[in-house]
Amino acid sequence: MTSLLYSEVEEELRAAVRGLLADRCPPAAVLERAESDPYDLDLWKTLAGEIGVAGLLIPEEHGGAGASASEVAVVLEELGRGVAPVPFFTSSVLATRALVQAGAAGLLERLADGRSTAALAVSFAASPYHPSRGSSVRSADGRLSGTVTGVAGADVADVLLVPADGGLYHVEGAQVAAVSSLDLTRPVATVTLDGAEATRLGDVDVAEVLRFGAGLLASEQYGVAQWCLDTTLAYVKERHQFARPIGSFQAIKHRLADLWLDVVRARAAARGAAADGSPVSVAVAQAWNAGVAVRVAEEALQLHGGIGMTWEHPVHLYLKRAKATEIALGTPGDHREALASLAEVPGPERGQQ
Amino acid sequence: MDEARLKERVAAFLSENDPDGDRLEFLRARFDAGLAWVWFPEGLGGLGISRELQQVVERELAHTPQLDGGVQGIGLGMAAPTILAFGTEEQKRRFLRPLWTGEEIWCQLFSEPGAGSDLATLGTRAVRDGDEWVVDGQKVWTSGAHHSRWAILVTRTDPDVPKHRGMTYFVCDMHAPGVDVRPLRQITGEAEFNEVFLTGVRLPDDLRLGEVGDGWRVAQTTLMNERVAIGGGPVRRGGGMVGAVLEFWREHPELRTHDLHQRLLSLWVEAEVTRLSGARLREQLAAGQPGPEGSGMKLSFAKLNQALSGLDIELRRDLGYDDWAFRRSETVDFYGRGPGYRYLRAKGNSIEGGTSEILRNIISERVLGLPSEPRVDKDVPWKDLPR
Repeated sequence: MTSLLYSEVEEELRAAVRGLLADRCPPAAVLERAESDPYDLDLWKTLAGEIGVAGLLIPEEHGGAGASASEVAVVLEELGRGVAPVPFFTSSVLATRALVQAGAAGLLERLADGRSTAALAVSFAASPYHPSRGSSVRSADGRLSGTVTGVAGADVADVLLVPADGGLYHVEGAQVAAVSSLDLTRPVATVTLDGAEATRLGDVDVAEVLRFGAGLLASEQYGVAQWCLDTTLAYVKERHQFARPIGSFQAIKHRLADLWLDVVRARAAARGAAADGSPVSVAVAQAWNAGVAVRVAEEALQLHGGIGMTWEHPVHLYLKRAKATEIALGTPGDHREALASLAEVPGPERGQQ
Repeated sequence: MDEARLKERVAAFLSENDPDGDRLEFLRARFDAGLAWVWFPEGLGGLGISRELQQVVERELAHTPQLDGGVQGIGLGMAAPTILAFGTEEQKRRFLRPLWTGEEIWCQLFSEPGAGSDLATLGTRAVRDGDEWVVDGQKVWTSGAHHSRWAILVTRTDPDVPKHRGMTYFVCDMHAPGVDVRPLRQITGEAEFNEVFLTGVRLPDDLRLGEVGDGWRVAQTTLMNERVAIGGGPVRRGGGMVGAVLEFWREHPELRTHDLHQRLLSLWVEAEVTRLSGARLREQLAAGQPGPEGSGMKLSFAKLNQALSGLDIELRRDLGYDDWAFRRSETVDFYGRGPGYRYLRAKGNSIEGGTSEILRNIISERVLGLPSEPRVDKDVPWKDLPR
């Protein structure tokens, strides 16, 4: 049986990432740069190069670490905890997975040490079940045309990868226009191709890339939820009303106990999806964790009372991240619908009801 | 000992003991071979090895005579870990073997009419008389008392100190004079529970478990284990209550509706993440004792069972009930009988073994470190508490 616990190597990796984020990128710093220059590329350079997270999923023969999804998941937990504005998920998970599939050795080597950052031109609102949602890209005579909306990480990528008609293309000369995004810490952009020159790198199964990403996104969602829970717990122990810490009222304690139980199960679901990555495990983790992250962020805001509604408190960064990732790579409803066939829970027959 | 060595040991045991022979002889031999609960010490049914390895034994012996989890649940899940933690060597040797083989059934004399969620306020008195204790009081909601040989019992031995300090824990002889077991009929129509009246029951001091006055601490061990025993057991994906609903769901496409489908899918997901969480918890427990995290499993289990069994009735659109006739239950059974029984029995899941409200208090105070509500009864001698 695969273990759902964390290995020693994973705990070391976690400690390294957490230490760096605490030092260089506390939530207040993320907030400060959110409107002007959302991505922290200096931090990314250190994370990618020195800690070596950029190459985790890249095979050793291409200069990477050849690590497992479980290790990547731990990095995502920490980046979720910090709503860290770095392109790890978009470049080192989604784009890297696509490049590994296409066998693009040269580009993988460039990404492995963090020198270059890539983005996969797929809408963040696409899903394993609807992989071309948001994209109208077609290839003709070695050139690509069309639009992809809601692409995460495209505005900071050096390398733009575009899937079209079953192939993966390296495109230069695309127009990337950042849009005002709900999630301030992971902005999205519209990518427009107008007969852009494109180099075909190999075959790509976008649905598989998105499924792989969705399974790992559950770990980021767990990290977001865990930060919201921890921060709220600390707050209700400190905040006094009626001459008592508000955390001593059962009306509040019971809500937090229920949230804790949701978060505990989100951790197990995330570990399950990272360990086996099967369609069922991924759908379960997404169907559960996406909702938990939103619920805990919403409750965190409510339990912080007035301060939670202010721009200066970072809880809104987490709420926005949680709500945006609820849509990303399939909504909980999309994943539950997939489970109807994956887990043999068929719906009503046509014409019924 | 690693997995391979353990497998060899099981194989050697099987070559000397015929699983198709006498059931009881086989179970006794399994206990004596240390293959009952491998994490228990040698000589007490175990091998003193990691609890995680128990699943290896269960897999290898899956085709052999099994224990009756319903009838033996309290003995295995609650009495045994408490006896192991607090019993004398003699008590361990006397009680654990017949408890495990099922030759002696156990029940739990904890709750009282006036002490439910506030168990520590219990008033069943035990008064010392030489080498014996004389017990008087009333216990309630005692599953399986009608076929039990022994009980784990918490009593008040010192009414002059605050409630948590004046308790003492015993093993109660259910055959002793003065023990009166009366059925308590439940909303299902059955009497799985009992009221137990204790009148001048004399227990020798060597049936005391732990120190005089230390009963609350001993009881905590039982309760922690109880919450894992209810709802913490391994299930397969799509098993348990969700399995009971799914089987009917798959066979009856004509009864499915979109609304039920959405709800069932959500509950299926919740059951699955709860299962994964339980598997993760058991991995953590493999080495040690269950902590307060176990309370979370029971909370999820109760909620899921209630939601799923309620959905099952809606799905069937059946206005009947299988049988209201009064009967004494043979065993504790959450999934047996018809959907109406399952729905009604599941209502008990959020009450037995700590109500869901008490479990939320335990989680928030012991796991999350939140402050307790102001307590008016903490430093008051038990005898002066308002009641």
